Amino acid sequence: MNYTFDFKAVIDSWDYLLQGAWLTVQLSIGAMVLGLIVAILCALGKTSGPKPVRWIINAYIEVVRNTPFLVQIFLIFFGLPTMGVRLSPDLAALIAMVVNVGAYATEIIRAGIESIQKGQIEAGLALGLKPLQVFRYIVIKPALRTVYPALTSQFILLMLSSSVVSAISADELTSVANNIQSQTFRSFEIYIVVTGIYLMLAMMFSALFAGIYKLAFAYDTDRR
Amino acid sequence: MIRAFSYNEFLFLLSAVQWTLALSAIAFIGGATVGLVIALARTSDIKAVRLAATGYIQLFQGTPLLMQLFLVFFGATVMGLDLNPWAAAALGLTLNASAFLGEIWRGCIQAVPRGQWEAASALGLRYPGLMRYVILPQAVKVAVPPTVGFLVQLIKSTSLAAIIGFTELTRAGQIVNNATFQPFLVFGIVAVLYFLMCWPLSLLSARLERRYALATR
Repeated sequence: MNYTFDFKAVIDSWDYLLQGAWLTVQLSIGAMVLGLIVAILCALGKTSGPKPVRWIINAYIEVVRNTPFLVQIFLIFFGLPTMGVRLSPDLAALIAMVVNVGAYATEIIRAGIESIQKGQIEAGLALGLKPLQVFRYIVIKPALRTVYPALTSQFILLMLSSSVVSAISADELTSVANNIQSQTFRSFEIYIVVTGIYLMLAMMFSALFAGIYKLAFAYDTDRR
Repeated sequence: MIRAFSYNEFLFLLSAVQWTLALSAIAFIGGATVGLVIALARTSDIKAVRLAATGYIQLFQGTPLLMQLFLVFFGATVMGLDLNPWAAAALGLTLNASAFLGEIWRGCIQAVPRGQWEAASALGLRYPGLMRYVILPQAVKVAVPPTVGFLVQLIKSTSLAAIIGFTELTRAGQIVNNATFQPFLVFGIVAVLYFLMCWPLSLLSARLERRYALATR
């Protein structure tokens, strides 16, 4: 092995890398929030919607879960413009991420909703809560609490898989790395540093999720 | 020049399926072999071994697969090896799969009741015999449904090999699309082909899981 490592290329473009990392964070958080909304609606539709709605949601979930993310990105970024919808790479990336995580999160949240006993809902209605209040306090909050670990690890997977959107050159971290690489040819040095950045982002997100759990869900659930 | 999408293009896509399957098979066999070692290390009595295995798993689960593929691909050059995209993809996916399978199987090994370990060692079985005849046969039963489920994830992951230039199904889709410029049709067909590979496995995994849940109720 007679290779000399040279991290100058990485240090020189550090700001550029940070910009990329920031876009990765933005895309990830955007997709998490929107994906969560999609997932809650789909999970509701799947547990209590009419049959055709359930069928459509099932089809959506199965299609997304059984095809690669990269192909989904290509379909959205290259396919939609042929139908007259022009998308910037960043927007296409965000849409693909929302569509993708929405399907996985729907199944997770559905499991959470199904873990709520019917009696709880009936008790809530009997106490005079409005249906929306029942949904908010009795169904969705405990459901999210139950599935929180599964949901957040899915979100971290989403952040990591966002590197794949570099294939349509959205300006996130991996794309930035590719650009620097093609200018400096210091491939290994750049990718090892970027891998380290992803690892740190993953740890930051899991710390963030632990914090959110403490704020939102750390209440006593003992049945006495 | 833009070509029309004809039967030939379709056949090209169809024949690329074999490369996706071959890559998946190699990554699965390699990943299962290394993954078993990781799972055993993760449940070992020796703390240092356990920590090393935990670190390995966290490293691979905490970084993007695409970066892992890039690092293998470009890292080989650093080591003075000339790895073609095919070997790099196979090696990268093997390492990645081994971390995921190691973590899945760790759970399965730990799901075997403690009493079984104690009974086996009380009968005088040492570690190899204890694992081989008592723990692993019971762990395998639990392991089948999630392993089949992981196979779906693995088949989908092989699409990333397209980015480092290995011509499997997704790369074949890109090539055909560049020539015909019918992205919806081309990537639609690619998606359908993946779906046909993955869906039966997803259904199988769900069915096995249900059967296992019934058996243990």
